[in-house]
Amino acid sequence: MADLKKPIMLLVVDLALIVEKLVLIVVVVMASLVIAMYATFAERKVAAILQDRRGPNRAGPFGLLQPLADGLKLFFKEEIIPTFSSKFLFIMGPALAMLTAVMTSAVIPWGDKVQFFGRDISLQIADINIGILYVFGVVSLGVYGIMIGSWASNNKFSLIGGLRAASQIISYELAMGISLIALLMVTGSLSLKEMVLQQQAGYWNIVYQPLGFLIFLICAFAECNRTPFDLPEAENELIGGYHTEYSSMKLGFFLFAEYINMFINSVIMATLFFGGYDCPFVNEANFSPNIAALIGVAALMIKVVCFLFFFMWVRWTIPRFRYDQLMHLGWRILIPLALFNMLATGGVILYFNK
Amino acid sequence: MSITTLAFILLSVMAIGSAVMMIISKSPVHSVLWLIVVFFAISGHYVLLNAQFLAIVNIIVYAGAIMVLFLFVVMLMNLNAETEPIKNYRLQLIGIVSGGSLLLVLLSALMRAGQQQLVEMKVGDAGLINVLGKTLFTNYVLPFEISSVLFLSAMIGAVVIGKKD
Repeated sequence: MADLKKPIMLLVVDLALIVEKLVLIVVVVMASLVIAMYATFAERKVAAILQDRRGPNRAGPFGLLQPLADGLKLFFKEEIIPTFSSKFLFIMGPALAMLTAVMTSAVIPWGDKVQFFGRDISLQIADINIGILYVFGVVSLGVYGIMIGSWASNNKFSLIGGLRAASQIISYELAMGISLIALLMVTGSLSLKEMVLQQQAGYWNIVYQPLGFLIFLICAFAECNRTPFDLPEAENELIGGYHTEYSSMKLGFFLFAEYINMFINSVIMATLFFGGYDCPFVNEANFSPNIAALIGVAALMIKVVCFLFFFMWVRWTIPRFRYDQLMHLGWRILIPLALFNMLATGGVILYFNK
Repeated sequence: MSITTLAFILLSVMAIGSAVMMIISKSPVHSVLWLIVVFFAISGHYVLLNAQFLAIVNIIVYAGAIMVLFLFVVMLMNLNAETEPIKNYRLQLIGIVSGGSLLLVLLSALMRAGQQQLVEMKVGDAGLINVLGKTLFTNYVLPFEISSVLFLSAMIGAVVIGKKD
């Protein structure tokens, strides 16, 4: 029960815990930003390899400083706010997109605990008992940044992009939610930490929920607006989609939020279905806590890098859907499939638990 | 003043303030955005009552899905402050009278309610997911099943409408 009241307890605890959590928050947010930054670099390199080119190789050794150069370029560009747009909402759009992208990282268990100065520090910012629902809620808020930004631009192409994003995310959220319900029936817990502990003790959830994982993966692509679902920013029909009117770092934030979302979605998929920070065939109890935590974080990051590569691989391989195909896939294929998965999971659990 | 009281006052001011802003703002899109802020404040109240499941479901369902649809429709119809018809005096008067009488009814009901059990902060587990689930599937199983059949029929209806073309 002590675990259940944590969000409220956080308000009245000692200073050391607050400092500890603040440091953890800064580290996690900075790490997500840096990884997202290098994801942009990796995307260009992967694209180059798939298209038989060399990719960016001028800035620094192997072009490693390219993301910094890109960021500087965006910062120094002239900022333009259209005359007829709602100025406050125009600025709110990219800010909200960034905020919701980073917020999810609060409930992810990045590793087990480390020991510093004689204290056990859990590598999770908040182990709330509704972890996965929190993730789902924040993801469903992610569309507001795009919608508000596109409406405030006062541009038809932007508006169409924003509306496409909204209907796409709402449609795919349903299938995603139902596939999650099947997973929750297997684990019996909403806490992400608890799920990882279960997977450490037994098999990874991908063994029990292969179909659920496939549905979740497709929906994650749609929620991130990644190809083949990048219709909101389809550049050959909508100029630039929802960010047509944006320039300078506001455009940068929109683009950057997509990469953070990709990273966070990869972490979520690794945590839910691939054991999180669990390193297979290694018994963490044999090592000292700090080494074990290091192995855990490394294992999680390796899984995440695989997912990020998969995101990029698909982007440069598969062409974009038409909009009716997108809706057909979402409503007529994924949702019935997810419902079937839920029923089958329930039936199997009932059969074996009798 | 404890931090819980402070949070309660902050959330209440936020909820009431944004509700007022929702009513008085001219642009429909701004109204919808203020309504979303109201939902967030109410979710904060749920967290103070230790009903975290209700809080997050409120955000997922209302702020995350229903308000997106509201915003979608408002944006699609392109309602702007300039295109709004100017309401005449009589209509405003009727609005004030009917709203005022509703307020009176609510206030009198509240005054006559007498000393009720006050809401307890930070304690109780009625809003936690396992307790809620057990209650729903034991005490309230029939209403729960009926409402799920209702949702199912709404889903089938949507599929039928979508199939027509």
